[in-house]
Amino acid sequence: MSDKNNLPAGRQTDRKFTCIMCPLGCTVTVKSDDSGNILEIIGSSCMKGEKYIRDEFSAPKRVLTSTVAIEGAKFDRLPVRTSDFVPKDKLFDLMKEIQKIKAKAPIKIGDIILKNILGLNVDILATRDLSL
Amino acid sequence: MKKLSVDIIVIGAGPGGMAAALKANEMGIKNILLVDRLPEPGGILQQCIHNGFGLQKFHKDLTGPEYADMYIKQLKNSNIQVLLQAMAIEITHNNRVILSNKADGLIEVGAKAIVLAMGCRERTRQQVSIPGTRPSGIFTAGVAQRFMNIEGYLPGKEVVVVGSGDIGLIMARRMTLEGAKVHAVTELLPYPGGLTRNIVQCLNDYDIPLYLRHNVIEIFGKDRVTGVKIADFGEEGNPPRKTFEVSCDTLLFSVGLIPENELSRMIPLMMNPLTGGPFIDDTFMTSKPGVFICGNAAFVNDLADYVSLEGEIAGVSAAKFALGNYQNDPRIPTVAGQNVRFVTPNFISRNDSATLYIRVKSPITDVRITSSKNIVHIVKKIVKPSEMIEIKLDKEMLKKIKALPASPSGGKEFRIDVGQE
Repeated sequence: MSDKNNLPAGRQTDRKFTCIMCPLGCTVTVKSDDSGNILEIIGSSCMKGEKYIRDEFSAPKRVLTSTVAIEGAKFDRLPVRTSDFVPKDKLFDLMKEIQKIKAKAPIKIGDIILKNILGLNVDILATRDLSL
Repeated sequence: MKKLSVDIIVIGAGPGGMAAALKANEMGIKNILLVDRLPEPGGILQQCIHNGFGLQKFHKDLTGPEYADMYIKQLKNSNIQVLLQAMAIEITHNNRVILSNKADGLIEVGAKAIVLAMGCRERTRQQVSIPGTRPSGIFTAGVAQRFMNIEGYLPGKEVVVVGSGDIGLIMARRMTLEGAKVHAVTELLPYPGGLTRNIVQCLNDYDIPLYLRHNVIEIFGKDRVTGVKIADFGEEGNPPRKTFEVSCDTLLFSVGLIPENELSRMIPLMMNPLTGGPFIDDTFMTSKPGVFICGNAAFVNDLADYVSLEGEIAGVSAAKFALGNYQNDPRIPTVAGQNVRFVTPNFISRNDSATLYIRVKSPITDVRITSSKNIVHIVKKIVKPSEMIEIKLDKEMLKKIKALPASPSGGKEFRIDVGQE
């Protein structure tokens, strides 16, 4: 979640993050300028954490998991995942695409259900075998 | 009644039971029966479609079904008999297991060793005593998870989550991604019940508010939930300093898990009121010789990875027992000291290596974990009740534990304390 300071515009912005690299859960503040350059990272207690915070600030990424409709299987839903990390701000666009998919059994774990979704160079993969 | 005779029967084919059966098979036991009430192995992993599994065990970021598949493939390549849609309904005092299924009715199984791997259940609205009407739209988080991920039903659109356990957090994200609006997650305690990574990636990522020191105190609605009253207990506790109402059509409960032990009580095993599971030693044997237990049936774990590791230990022990070369003496009791809610296993008997798990009572920073005679001495920056602490004991440490002098009260004991630096 972002947390904006009441500084005059055109100066700098503070954003707070919780580091998840270890159980410590450091609260880290990133100070940045108007063009998004990091000025200072405060509160991080290790290099690994600092790298995570840098990535979270500039280009946060997640693995997206969901289910798609499937025909001819013992269940109506097939669990799927993205083959790699995707930009966090694309999650809801990806969900819209995933909701349109209709898979057909039999499916094997790791099968590509949709190639190169939204041109992100990431595929949607089945995460289990599913047949009748 | 149909009768079967096996070397080992494993009850429950989740991450613990599958690992136990495979490990016992690897130890040379051929005649193993793995039983589950569901139509397929994997247990609750099959509905946990999110990633984050296997980081400890396989150093890979897997989803629940992918983690289950690692074991299911091995089961298919083994000579373990897997009996599905069969419910273990009784274990007699002489270790005979009664199963019930459609094809055979009742089956009586005689086994040299039994591994219990029934997992756990969710606490419900009844167990946290929330007053109000009894409309539809009230689910435990895990039931909602099954509806969504396996059956394909969205349980509702306007959601409040009671309790901040991991499944509740995971479901808050899952329902948000599928178009529902999660208005609030309430937690009576001053700190969240779930893992930090889930607070960040399930709530903060989607701007879902977490209300600490808050609880739902009334449920409204006749046929369907229409809303809840939430109380802010602040630092002073009861009575609440203010209350407010939130409209919703769905209420999810994520208020803790209880090891499932009806079978254990029938035997009967000696039960540990602190974990809700039976008393166990570090070979995962219970108070009844030949009956072993692992995973969430023994005590609630944070990660499936831990459950599988315990399953492996229980599998090895059950195999040794079935082969007639099991030893577990002497047994030194473990004792939960300062700030420790529980320590498990309850007895140390092994000489090679053992792992103790402890849970603390509240979050503490700058921590020193110590033990009798300072055999264990660990410094940590922070410990939390939501994150179980692993204490690995090597050969040398176990030797020292066995050599501890008797306490003034009589027997030997190995005590773990958690203090501030």
